[in-house]
Amino acid sequence: MSGHAPKSRVTLAEPGWVKALIMLAGLGFLGFFILLPLAAVFTEALRRGFGPYFEALVEPDALAAIKLTLLVAVIAVPVNVVFGVSAAWAIAKHKFPGKSLLLTLIDLPFSVSPVISGLVYVLLFGAHGLMGPFLREHGVQIVFAVPGLVLATMFITFPFVARELIPLMQAQGVDEEEAAITLGASGWQTFRRVTLPNIRWGLLYGVLLCNARAMGEFGAVSVVSGHIRGETNTMPLHVEILYNEYNFVAAFAVASLLAILALVTLVAKSLLEWRHGAELAATARRH
Amino acid sequence: MSGASGFSLFKRRNRSIIPGFGLTLGITLTHLTLIVLIPLAALMIRPWDIGLSGFWHQVTEPRVLAALRLSFGAAFVAAAINAVFGLAVAWMLVRYDFWGKRVVDAIVDLPFALPTAVAGIALTALYAPNGWVGQFLDPLGIKVAYTPLGVVVALTFIGLPFVVRTVQPVLEELDTELEEAAACLGATRLETFIRVIFPVIFPALLTGFALALARAVGEYGSVIFIAGNMPMVSEIAPLLIVIKLEQFNYAGAASVGIAMLILSFIMLLVINLLQRWSRRWAGV
Repeated sequence: MSGHAPKSRVTLAEPGWVKALIMLAGLGFLGFFILLPLAAVFTEALRRGFGPYFEALVEPDALAAIKLTLLVAVIAVPVNVVFGVSAAWAIAKHKFPGKSLLLTLIDLPFSVSPVISGLVYVLLFGAHGLMGPFLREHGVQIVFAVPGLVLATMFITFPFVARELIPLMQAQGVDEEEAAITLGASGWQTFRRVTLPNIRWGLLYGVLLCNARAMGEFGAVSVVSGHIRGETNTMPLHVEILYNEYNFVAAFAVASLLAILALVTLVAKSLLEWRHGAELAATARRH
Repeated sequence: MSGASGFSLFKRRNRSIIPGFGLTLGITLTHLTLIVLIPLAALMIRPWDIGLSGFWHQVTEPRVLAALRLSFGAAFVAAAINAVFGLAVAWMLVRYDFWGKRVVDAIVDLPFALPTAVAGIALTALYAPNGWVGQFLDPLGIKVAYTPLGVVVALTFIGLPFVVRTVQPVLEELDTELEEAAACLGATRLETFIRVIFPVIFPALLTGFALALARAVGEYGSVIFIAGNMPMVSEIAPLLIVIKLEQFNYAGAASVGIAMLILSFIMLLVINLLQRWSRRWAGV
């Protein structure tokens, strides 16, 4: 990294103008594509001052959207934590054939378009879907209702926790767990007292990224939501509706909440990387 | 699924004394099957309603072909832009010291954390003819918002962190002794970069390019606001899936979805081969 400039006599630095050009390209690129959009969100949201801004946030449909977003995340994230920890325990602490196939399958949702992630559930549970007639007979609604939103969000955020924990637990090996088991600890005790303290920061890192995606997902939930105002609209979908109604201040106001969520996630993630970098070593910079 | 006999077969090969294998693998496989595999299987079997010729008819509609061309073409351009500027950002973060570097480093990940709908409306506000950036481009006759160029802008945004984050660790681990040796032997800085540094970081650059490309091909949220969504001109393939679903053309939607998956798969396979070839060429 930086700081240890070589003490040799040969020069390893680019000419000044090349360095300036690289800095200009790098910072200019980040300025145009990251800082300006971020600034635009907050400026547009406050275009008419704080009054209309807060009005847009406490309006019943907005509140319903905020509540629904939290509800979806509260269900999807813990389920993915249980799955992620289980998958990491099975994959990192044991040997079995087909492991690399399993890893590939876990990564699958990353390489599928969000729209396709929503589409698959409509094909399965929609009115004309494979199980549609069966569900209608029993009065169960999945698509265009909350269960569909939760399922699509789980699909999208499926790999996050597992992808964080698997390399970390693989790097840590099995010695400590084997020692605990040999000394008479049960499997659950070993996990609670030995493994969990070792992976807690990595787990938190995975949960952070998983949560940010769960709350911000648009494409997948847009397909399964049906856009029923106040009922099946999460915050990102509410932003879309307001924007399409040319209610820009309100759209950007709700968007600013999501932008704040993103910034808080980034700060927390950076703090984790700076303070506990070594404990995340196997996984840092993977996303 | 594999069932009880499958688990005991796994167990016999697994000589670890650590317990919980059956339970955790069971949870993993169940969750994977219910959430990912069965729904994806539903996608794969759906077009059989209309048969292979029906599938072919759906995906060769001019509007579908135009959308696929735009999705893959714009994603390719955006990933190429990211490869060039992402390399500059990674180089800057690893090799140079400047004020606020840690913040700049952290902010690179914003496109991962910012919901795509937010990015979409923010970029549209910026590049609309009366926006902060658009007002300077408009007199020059450059229209970004509501054109394919807007699609490229949105896809560049969402793919931005990939190249930086794949090249950065490789640059950090790059041994400066090699560069010193090259410089001692009389190579200019440019020659050193082309002959010594670039071959080592090229596989990582290609990985970042592929990740950005794969992400951009399927992107929906950030694009639909800025694209204008004119059929045949600025309509992306994922949007066409949504439109077909709204028309209850389930088989058509599934056909476009499968076409996208197949094309992505072929593309990533080619990049993978290219990478293997470049690794051998670089001797790493």
